[in-house]
Amino acid sequence: MPFEIWEDTRAQAIITAHAGHEGAMLPILHALQAAFGLIPEAAIPLIAETLNLSHAEVHGVVTFYHDFRRELPGRHVLKLCRAEACQAMGGDALGARARGKLGLDWGGTTADGQVTLDAVFCLGLCATAPSAMIDGRLVGRLNEARLDALLEQAQ
Amino acid sequence: MTAKIYIPKDSGAVAVGADEVAQALAELGLADQMVRTGSRGLYWLEPMVEVETPEGRIAYGPVSADDVDSLIDADFLNAGDHRLRLGRAEDIPFLKRQTRLVFARCGIVDPLSIADYRAHGGYKGLERALALALADIVDEVVQSGLRGRGGAGFPTGVKWKTVLDAPGDPKYIVCNADEGDSGTFADRMIMEGDPFLLIEGMTIAGIATGATSGWIYIRSEYPAAVAAMQAAIAVARAEGYLGAHILKSPYDFDIQVRVGAGAYVCGEETAMLESLEGKRGMVRAKPPLPAHQGLLGKPTVINNVISLASVPTILAEGAAFYRDLGMGRSRGTMPIQLAGNILHSGLFEATFGITLGELVDDIGGGTASGRPVRAVQVGGPLGAYFPRDLFDTPFDYEAFIARDGLIGHGGMVVFDDTVDMLKQARFAMEFCAIESCGKCTPCRIGSTRGVEVLDRIAQGQSVEAEIRLIEDLCQTLKFGSLCALGGFTPYPVMSALRFFPEDFAARQPLAAA
Repeated sequence: MPFEIWEDTRAQAIITAHAGHEGAMLPILHALQAAFGLIPEAAIPLIAETLNLSHAEVHGVVTFYHDFRRELPGRHVLKLCRAEACQAMGGDALGARARGKLGLDWGGTTADGQVTLDAVFCLGLCATAPSAMIDGRLVGRLNEARLDALLEQAQ
Repeated sequence: MTAKIYIPKDSGAVAVGADEVAQALAELGLADQMVRTGSRGLYWLEPMVEVETPEGRIAYGPVSADDVDSLIDADFLNAGDHRLRLGRAEDIPFLKRQTRLVFARCGIVDPLSIADYRAHGGYKGLERALALALADIVDEVVQSGLRGRGGAGFPTGVKWKTVLDAPGDPKYIVCNADEGDSGTFADRMIMEGDPFLLIEGMTIAGIATGATSGWIYIRSEYPAAVAAMQAAIAVARAEGYLGAHILKSPYDFDIQVRVGAGAYVCGEETAMLESLEGKRGMVRAKPPLPAHQGLLGKPTVINNVISLASVPTILAEGAAFYRDLGMGRSRGTMPIQLAGNILHSGLFEATFGITLGELVDDIGGGTASGRPVRAVQVGGPLGAYFPRDLFDTPFDYEAFIARDGLIGHGGMVVFDDTVDMLKQARFAMEFCAIESCGKCTPCRIGSTRGVEVLDRIAQGQSVEAEIRLIEDLCQTLKFGSLCALGGFTPYPVMSALRFFPEDFAARQPLAAA
């Protein structure tokens, strides 16, 4: 996924656009990540200054939520569900297969920057398990063949 | 050849190819006849395509894009015979046996058409509410016996009454759409398939309690639900159902959508408030209750999607209609979600009282793998694992509590006999460790210790002593945690240990020296 290169003035414009709303922090972080692909260290003083918070408070929020990335993801992001309904349909084995084929643990990105493998706890597709999401596209009834096809497509 | 063709746009159907089917039909010039709906919830048959005929909607499924040519050849637009033909959708036993109140329209209507919503009974509840005094609206909900469908089971009307009586301005309605429990998808289906129902329920809640601002907190794992709700809110605003002077009444109410960021604990109501305010999702101590000091310190109703979506029917049909369904102190209907390794997976809305066995064996048809059912986890990752011996348990808040379980949000995940219950217990502790907000020590530290203890049991190290330790740890978690994450993680762990002790016995003798 192509992201913009970080630029303070562009980031500040995004922050300012949301700053007037009550509880603006999460909308700001989502908007920054949508634009730049991550929440870099440089974002923290800008947000803190705008929302009149300490750097520590902003850092605390960014690091609390699993969604917010401190590093750029790979060009493709494959999310595999690790939760119980998918476990019941063989999800654990598919997770192990994906990690093995990519040589990654959960949250890792391949050295060539091509694929990030994320664990997700439930996509709400529990009746068509096991489930995955690749670059925002949902995939149900995953099996070894379908997983391999996704991996091939991503690599 | 102008029969309407209904194809779900529900995420669960899209994940198994509904968009590709729609695309294939569009390429044959049928785009103008297609209506994208929610799902009926018969997921093992998704993508399920329905065609309007004089005899009603005829269903075909599961349809793949490759089947489209043969369906055309079979003249499916005139209900022609085909190996995927299922007959009238309403006659499919899985659907016929349900009592659909919340899901009455899901999978039938165009989710973004208010005209369609109204044609199928929508907004009758709001119209009746507008004719009542505020206290009488609240009283209808109290009298209906509706309890929180998020899992806690607290009487919804009592919550509303507390907010109505609480001094403060503004007041808020917060809809909890952080449906994080594995095995649950009812909230997602409603938001994608019948979003005006939730809007109507929230609007009634706002009017009844004097709140003018509604917030829906939707988890980020549900991008389609976020988009559907935002689109529906815009339509409702444009047509006078949200905003100032709703339907020309004196009441103002509007709704905004907020998106979570991948933290399970934010489904806990006070952590959700913190998150909405832009902070870490840390659980708050109660009191003060959110009804007194909730969002931004103001009186706040926090209800689950299904609780709010149950309200329009209660107002439209009256409290007595709703209260007359169900058993014991569990009144009305519960959308039960059959998930995991089950043949007939999907959404089954039933009146309370149906047993676990009926749901798994009879309605669900046993496992998808064809192997024997060994365990069913009810109520999400914090719910207990039930063995076959307890399949006589009726779906009822109190009956599940009496057996050290919970119905939670109504999700049921079925496992066959290949499941390793020690591994499931370990996962419960691991999940708690990953998702703990960190406020309470038993949850933050105890969960990690729990993983370690279970790993030692798995390695066959001093199993008896370790089992005593895990029991003790579970007691500490249960009584020493502020919220359900730490407090209920013992349910899956202890039920696995209690009902499936053979999986915890020393099975891997230590290698001889």
